[in-house]
Amino acid sequence: MGSKTYKVTSPVMGTFYRASAPGEKPLVEVGQKVNAAEVVCMIESMKIFTELRADQPGTVKKILVENEEPVMKNQELIEIEIA
Amino acid sequence: MTESKFNKILIANRGEIAVRIIRACKEMGIKTVAVFSDADADALQVKYADEAVNIGPALSRKSYLNMDSIIQAATGTKVDAVHPGYGFLSENADFAKACVDNNLVFIGPSAECIAASGNKSAARKTLMALGISIIPGSDDIISSPEEAFEVAMDVGYPVILKASGGGGGRGMRIANDQNELADALAVASGEARAAFGNPDLYLEKYIEKPRHIEIQIIGDHFGNYVHLGERECSIQMRYQKLIEESPSPFVDEALRNKLGETAIQVARLIGYTNAGTMEFLVDKNKNFYFMEVNARIQVEHPVTELVTGLDIVQQQILLAQGEKLPLRQDEIRLNGWSLECRINAADPADNFMPSPGEIQKLILPNGPGVRVDTHIYNHYVISPFYDSLIGKLVVWAKDRDMAIKRMQRALSEFQIEGIKSTIPFHQRVFQDEDFIRGDIDTHFLEKFADLH
Repeated sequence: MGSKTYKVTSPVMGTFYRASAPGEKPLVEVGQKVNAAEVVCMIESMKIFTELRADQPGTVKKILVENEEPVMKNQELIEIEIA
Repeated sequence: MTESKFNKILIANRGEIAVRIIRACKEMGIKTVAVFSDADADALQVKYADEAVNIGPALSRKSYLNMDSIIQAATGTKVDAVHPGYGFLSENADFAKACVDNNLVFIGPSAECIAASGNKSAARKTLMALGISIIPGSDDIISSPEEAFEVAMDVGYPVILKASGGGGGRGMRIANDQNELADALAVASGEARAAFGNPDLYLEKYIEKPRHIEIQIIGDHFGNYVHLGERECSIQMRYQKLIEESPSPFVDEALRNKLGETAIQVARLIGYTNAGTMEFLVDKNKNFYFMEVNARIQVEHPVTELVTGLDIVQQQILLAQGEKLPLRQDEIRLNGWSLECRINAADPADNFMPSPGEIQKLILPNGPGVRVDTHIYNHYVISPFYDSLIGKLVVWAKDRDMAIKRMQRALSEFQIEGIKSTIPFHQRVFQDEDFIRGDIDTHFLEKFADLH
């Protein structure tokens, strides 16, 4: 109860990718521990891939978007429970 | 190769280059067929072409990279030839071959030649035998991280990864040590696959502080070649060119002749036909290293057009029809100076973050010596699925100084609202003293990185 979480959001309109390259395994799964600055997903916009990183260490609680789905700027992508 | 005039051409591309090619065709009395994805139903290429065919969903690999659907559009509309533009399938040998197999002329070099241009290992060995200097690196595609580490140790860090399937900075990453190289391999490969449908990478020693200078060549099917001088393309951000000019303030007549001769030597070696570009890195002592063949029309071709007076896209079409080169090398004169700014939907104040969205207001510059190649218009929606290039602002004047003043003036007229663009960034570069002096290298823009 009351555990603190934060959400990784998309800096740009684009396409959400859970892996760093097609065919690779997802960067994170629900329940996985992440370190601060660890890459948790990728956004592709206008053919440029941007790595999105965890702000603080924690545990992945929810992945809010399906792989390869279009996302809007500022859309919430991954919820992380702060360690 | 028998000469026969084209009645109708399909343009297998989108954006400003599709519009550019349609314009060339119209002026030659050739009918045009545009292709478009679901995201591009309102695109200018659809409005300008005589016919337009939907080739699939927004994602490039399902539309503009979908060979079957493009070939079907071409045969269905009974075109004589296909112009691939740049990017997408333009340097895909399988696509060039698929065109020929379906009795369509591919406007570009042959499939074999595209394959040879792309085959860096074969090219490297032959070039070395000819005494043409090249940058040390992997002889072939990198097949594993271990192999990449080994080659990198051999040539020494820093090293650069490049996409085998194309240029334009996609899939390019620099690594200063083995850890960085490990990370760069995964990201670069993903970018290369997304941009070119081909994840293959090769690795080279990274030469610091070089100039990027390239030579435009055209060749017919009878072994005749001319070069159209150089383009200076050193102003780059993340290996994406942003400003190009012709001639280069660094290149004198002697260097131009040497680069031009080398470019034609390479073209002849691989049996190159049609328009192409040979890219070189030139160090501060004017040593040059051949980098690669760009087997396509290039984004920055207009600067060459403005100083030579030749329409390169129309030349491509004429050469693909089997015509002979219309002039000899001694008839090519570079007249005046041309500069191009790439206008991208990207935010220079936020590390060039892509900025898709709707154009809410648009005022294009014009007046003496100004050319704008663009596909955007008021209320056009720039989609996140494709390249951020939304237009090219090109100027011509009788010398570099006047061309710079003309570009400053044109940039001050250019207004886009609703999205972020590179216009404010170009305004700053065109006030920079080093730039104005012509003192530039491929690291020039790094000093702008911290000045937000």
